[in-house]
Amino acid sequence: MPMFSVGDRVRIKNSHPPGHRRTPFYVRGKTGVIERYCGDFRNPEELAYGFDGTPKRELYRVRLAQTDLWDDYEGPADDTLDLEIFDHWLEKAEG
Amino acid sequence: MSTDDRGTHDHDHDHDHPGTTPDVNETGYYELMAEAMKELLIEKGVVSADDVRRNLEFLDSRDPVDGGRVIARAWTDPEFKKRLLEDGTAAVEEMGLTMGDAELVVVENTDDVHNMIVCTLCSCYPRTLLGLPPDWYKSKSYRSRAVIEPRAVLKEFGTEIPDDMTVRVHDSNADMRYLVLPQQPEGTEGWPVEKLAEIVSRDAMVGVVVPEAG
Repeated sequence: MPMFSVGDRVRIKNSHPPGHRRTPFYVRGKTGVIERYCGDFRNPEELAYGFDGTPKRELYRVRLAQTDLWDDYEGPADDTLDLEIFDHWLEKAEG
Repeated sequence: MSTDDRGTHDHDHDHDHPGTTPDVNETGYYELMAEAMKELLIEKGVVSADDVRRNLEFLDSRDPVDGGRVIARAWTDPEFKKRLLEDGTAAVEEMGLTMGDAELVVVENTDDVHNMIVCTLCSCYPRTLLGLPPDWYKSKSYRSRAVIEPRAVLKEFGTEIPDDMTVRVHDSNADMRYLVLPQQPEGTEGWPVEKLAEIVSRDAMVGVVVPEAG
């Protein structure tokens, strides 16, 4: 059973661990909605250092509003940015 | 690499290795690192030189024609289109195409939504369907601006998306690869699938342009 369901509001953790991370800085601390569950994958943050990447991590596509990402976004409020975030970077958000 | 554990490779490098590209420019830091990594993997028997060569040959032989065939089939075969949107990886396999180690997500343009693909972390791209990515796709400028001001970037490609449509940018930052399923242009109804495939350009499948009839 995946941890999150489509439509769940999630916050991407605002964390800055050193090393190889797949969560781009521009989305850290931002809130979005689960668009789909992609399956579980070996953790690239472990693979990068020669470990076997287990336990596998659940990968989700998260949809964020562009106007939540950039204060001065020039475009309609419906424009979105979708990207892939591993479960250990996500926490449930209220609302 | 110390001189002691160079194994079979303990000679200096003032000669060309057969089968490798001669250096035209001075070799950069990352090129040297990649080359050193490749040599180590080969020395340790993880991969063979021929594995590396064969993979490069395969990637170099790919081009956007395959992606175009996928799109044209989706336009003409509603059941295939459904499968393609549900599970892109399995659907392209039906056509004898592979995604390699990655998985495919196909995103559909509609009257209300325009999709556009970028990889902000590096240059992830559906290489097995489209071939190697163009230089602009790998540029820092595209990779940063596509997420910050996608509509301005689209305009520079000659693509103006009206404000009553949603622009949806997909950052290809992990294990998925993305292909845009454009809308079939007006005036191409009833065209044979081969002719449709010809009007689907690489850039249309990355989502920076929309295809046009002829």
